[in-house]
Amino acid sequence: MRARLHRPDRRGRFGEYGGRFAPETLMTALEELEVEFAAAWADPLFVGEYHRMLELYVGRPTPLYPAHRLSERLGVEVWLKREDLAHTGAHKINNALGQGLLAHRMGKPRIIAETGAGQHGVATATAAAVLGLECQVYMGEVDIRRQAPNVSRMQILGADVIGVATGAGTLKDAVSEAMRDWARTVEETQYVIGSVVGPHPFPWMVRELQKVIGDEVLRQSEQLPDVAVACVGGGSNAIGMFWPLAGTGVELVGVEAGGEGIGTGRHGASIGAGSPGILHGARTYMLQDDDGQVLEAHSISAGLDYPGVGPEHSYFQEVGLARYVSVTDREALDGVRLLALTEGIIPALESAHAVAWVAREAASLRHKTVLINLSGRGDKDMEMLVESL
Amino acid sequence: MSNHDPAAAARMRSGAERIADLFSVAREEDRAVFLPFLTAGLPNPASSTRLFRAMAEAGADGFEVGIPYSDPLMDGPVICRGSEQAISEGATLDRSLSILGEVAETTGLPSLAMTYANPVFRRGVDRFCDRLAEAGAAGLIVADLPFDEAGSLGDAARRHGLGLVLFVALTSGYNRIRAVAEAAPSFIYAVANLGVTGERREWSGRVERLVEGIREVTDIPVVLGVGISTPEQAAIAAELADGFIVGTALVRRVLESSGEQDAARSVAGLVEEMASAARR
Repeated sequence: MRARLHRPDRRGRFGEYGGRFAPETLMTALEELEVEFAAAWADPLFVGEYHRMLELYVGRPTPLYPAHRLSERLGVEVWLKREDLAHTGAHKINNALGQGLLAHRMGKPRIIAETGAGQHGVATATAAAVLGLECQVYMGEVDIRRQAPNVSRMQILGADVIGVATGAGTLKDAVSEAMRDWARTVEETQYVIGSVVGPHPFPWMVRELQKVIGDEVLRQSEQLPDVAVACVGGGSNAIGMFWPLAGTGVELVGVEAGGEGIGTGRHGASIGAGSPGILHGARTYMLQDDDGQVLEAHSISAGLDYPGVGPEHSYFQEVGLARYVSVTDREALDGVRLLALTEGIIPALESAHAVAWVAREAASLRHKTVLINLSGRGDKDMEMLVESL
Repeated sequence: MSNHDPAAAARMRSGAERIADLFSVAREEDRAVFLPFLTAGLPNPASSTRLFRAMAEAGADGFEVGIPYSDPLMDGPVICRGSEQAISEGATLDRSLSILGEVAETTGLPSLAMTYANPVFRRGVDRFCDRLAEAGAAGLIVADLPFDEAGSLGDAARRHGLGLVLFVALTSGYNRIRAVAEAAPSFIYAVANLGVTGERREWSGRVERLVEGIREVTDIPVVLGVGISTPEQAAIAAELADGFIVGTALVRRVLESSGEQDAARSVAGLVEEMASAARR
């Protein structure tokens, strides 16, 4: 097994994956961003401010919680990393705040973001408010309907939410539209991407800003778990937990969206059922046809409804640092109910995928210790949950 | 083989050479090269070639033939809509490349494929270039492929005698312009505006400086594109650069046309105006 990479190579690659397939207009900004982030990340003042905000504003470290009743029900010792308790209700704030601080440091007065479930949009709108930046968020029209509470939250926080009607009106289209905006406004705007996707340096930078999750797990655990599980859309919460644990002997499992079932073609399992290609600036596993046209993903959870995955996950899969599985929409809904009834925690539909995988595999996980990254809370999904329960 | 058949002679020259010929002829005639862009498969795959023929008769020097793509990051709403329509009308990759072949064959003008990285790498750079050369294409332009990632495609294009075009943007600094010049593209596509393809009322005052910056480094032909939609803008572009590309204004005319005949008449009308603006 090859080791994790501290930084991608000079061309922004994790092995065969990653790179910088972007329009020329953005290339200078991407080069600058790499230099600026590297400098900031080596600057104790910047890192100190980031960690001070994580502690006093976000409420970190988030608890590592032993889920006794769930453990009893499944016959598996389950621990939850409570990212749902972070300010704004998900791990997304770790990244949005870091990139917001960077934009501030670089003197960019405006930030833009894409959002699927709305959690990254809310986190970015929050960072913009607390740092005094202008903020616009691109969101697919379909997602605007299914995650309505988050749209209101962004607006109350002073962000403009711009609906995207192209394509399927979901996360992929929101990323594309944010990149188009950035090509037009690159000189005064920072694109705060929401996951470990996009052209270099985004996958590396977002992983650095999310790995606080796994770093805390290392500090909080008396004994490391046997297995660590996280849901994977673009994969930022997963890489944030996996990266510090990679190579420690903990088995890493990423759970992709199985949608209506892999066999139906309506899913978001880019690694499980896709192939390497180039999406949103990076070479990575993606859903595509023989002509290289990007296929629509499907998931009940807007945050996993994406036909690609972060290039570092493609690398982790290839070298065996992690393995990737999937659960269906139906199983994820059952996962929500299971966690709600046993632990009094309503997880986001995204995070419920990780819970559901543990529930499904309980027999083979017996006598093991399993850590689930509970990446977000389910308030945003209330309407869909009520409909389906 | 006859020495007096210019079409046969043209076929003997590689795509890259035919692109070079375009610029040397235009230079002798003291005019700019005008390359209209249209998406293959518009308004539908069966009648697409006819629109290119109409543009050839109206004075186009060569073509950018758009290979419709599901996620065109560098394109604004009009060309996005054109791509969606072409795909839904059945313009698969193979069908689009056949249209490109028909255009090259029936107009005899150098025709370049305009595409995105994923379809090219999905098929494999060598197979893709082989198919382009077989179709009679002169070269290719890949919107999301900066020189940094263009190495393997550049090699494949050279092997197949195709010209590869590389981009320079208003945001490109000296080092990037130098590196593009060193990669020796058939021409440099200078992106005349920030942002994606689309019509603009204003002419960016920074274009002049951009072209000067490229000229200081290399004598590779410079072609302006993005935001050129009126004859007035074309005339400025023709003064500044060796050529210019018009895309959105043509695609919009096709999308707004009432049928194939109307579309052909409409694009030919604009191409004629643009072609006369190309004379300095």
